[in-house]
Amino acid sequence: MNIIVCIKRVPDTADADIFIDKSGKDIEKSGLAFDLNEWDSYAIEEAIQLKEKLGGTVTVLSAGGEDSNESLRKCLAMGADDAFRLTDPAFAGADGFATARILAEAIRKRPFDLILTGTQAEDDGYGQVGVVMAEMLGVPHVSIVNRIEVQEKKIKAHRELEGGLEEVVEVDLPALLTIQTGINEPRYVSIMGIRKVAKKEIKAFGASDLNLKPEEVGLSGSDIQLDKVFLPLVGEGAEMLEGKPEEIAQKVFDILRDKGGVA
Amino acid sequence: MKEIIVVAEHRRGELRDVTWEMLSRGRELSEGLGGELSVALLGKDVKNLAEALKPKANRVLLIEDNRLEFYNSETYEKVLTQLITERKPMLTMIGHTATGMDFAPSLAAHLKIPLATDCIGIDAKDETFALTRQIYGGKINAAVSFLKKGPQYMVTLRAGAFPVIEKEPLSGEIVSVPSLLTDEGLARRFLEYMEAAAGEVDITQADILIAIGRGIKDAENIPLVKELADSMGGVLACSRPVVDKKWLPKGCQVGTSGKTVKPKIYVAIGISGAFQHVAGMKGAGTIIAINKDPKAPIFGVAQYGIVADLFKIVPVIKEKIKQLKKS
Repeated sequence: MNIIVCIKRVPDTADADIFIDKSGKDIEKSGLAFDLNEWDSYAIEEAIQLKEKLGGTVTVLSAGGEDSNESLRKCLAMGADDAFRLTDPAFAGADGFATARILAEAIRKRPFDLILTGTQAEDDGYGQVGVVMAEMLGVPHVSIVNRIEVQEKKIKAHRELEGGLEEVVEVDLPALLTIQTGINEPRYVSIMGIRKVAKKEIKAFGASDLNLKPEEVGLSGSDIQLDKVFLPLVGEGAEMLEGKPEEIAQKVFDILRDKGGVA
Repeated sequence: MKEIIVVAEHRRGELRDVTWEMLSRGRELSEGLGGELSVALLGKDVKNLAEALKPKANRVLLIEDNRLEFYNSETYEKVLTQLITERKPMLTMIGHTATGMDFAPSLAAHLKIPLATDCIGIDAKDETFALTRQIYGGKINAAVSFLKKGPQYMVTLRAGAFPVIEKEPLSGEIVSVPSLLTDEGLARRFLEYMEAAAGEVDITQADILIAIGRGIKDAENIPLVKELADSMGGVLACSRPVVDKKWLPKGCQVGTSGKTVKPKIYVAIGISGAFQHVAGMKGAGTIIAINKDPKAPIFGVAQYGIVADLFKIVPVIKEKIKQLKKS
């Protein structure tokens, strides 16, 4: 089975203190750690597990700058066979739709049985790239997949719905699946593992290589644009309990007692 | 006439909340634009749902077909392509849910209609729409606009982000629309629904829940919080990352894809407060949040907040409770 996985390198903002940058259109990214998008780490792991079971190849690609090599190498270290990158100044400002177009054009001429993407990205959270790519490539898709069973020329996939419910569907191959977190346990990548693939070539392709016109990519090929960013209103917010740990603990106890939390 | 079409979401015979939320926002938008609000209902034997939708829209576009008994991205795309091509609504609203995320992106791409996903705000502005989205896991909001000029637009709206405002009922007419689906084979087929395995403890029945999130960092740190829960007679729950890492079973998960809980007391420890989690616990009586990031969204929903390293503060709170309970 030949599998293509689309990935993205994103800033890790879950635990970071973040600030709006001077442009007012993004956050200040210097000082933030970057890593493979969490959803994508499950997608690449799933691809590698399928390869280990069924044979075939795993090719990983990313639309992004040279920095993306870091995440692509992580995927190579996990067990992907090949990686390439889609980089062009004209790609700047791409929304989910324009990103899908770049990825779809890069995949169009390659043979594949299965494309995997993460369900969404941690940073912009569009949750649309995979499904749009499937439409552009004319293959069926299943989104938010948390279990896969490969059968003869088709896949049985479980989709995660709300409230603990799953929807089981089957889909003919070739197909595109968007992968939900928790589907597997992404393997650990050691520094030694990364070193082993450090010299592997990662080719880069631009808009002209993909036969894309400048007006089809980047901001000009996008549906939407981001005008400005701002901090969310948090309503009244919480009453903050402050002081020494002992004092905070006392306040917590008092609240719990008032609200019936401790007898 | 400016028409807004809301695509109704239903499952197992029930309309989902996001449908009412979209209709509420859709009505305000359509009234502001001097247009009309329609709701598209796709299904098999769903006249009862159509009746329920009548007071909330000017028109119920009812598409009934045996092939629409279960949601399928392919049948939805075919039916809605036909409907939107014929009616040319200015705006199509779809839920940013497991269902909407599955068909809206391909439908919009197929119809070449610009799409903005996961919106938490939408306002009409100069023949187009101004949108609000959240980025970076809900830590930042973004004002977003459509680059392409319509005349048609599509949005997916976040479930729970729009209040349902009661208004004078409308007397929507039910308009039956033929589906034009054929028995032509589909590349994707619905097989069945499956419930997640039930956990040992039913967290929806607990009065006190102590929930942990990504901040717990490792499975071996869980006993620390379990002891706190025990000291309070509470039950352990968690947010999604803890289940993804298999540290606690799925039955413990609070949030959109897990359980919705309404305990008297909810203590959120090391949980940032992503909307998917908040949707499952905002109905709790009293919420206390412990997080080291003062900007964590959880502090927006909690009544009490503690900015601290959980590994330092949790043992102190646990000891305090033990000590004071004795006295």
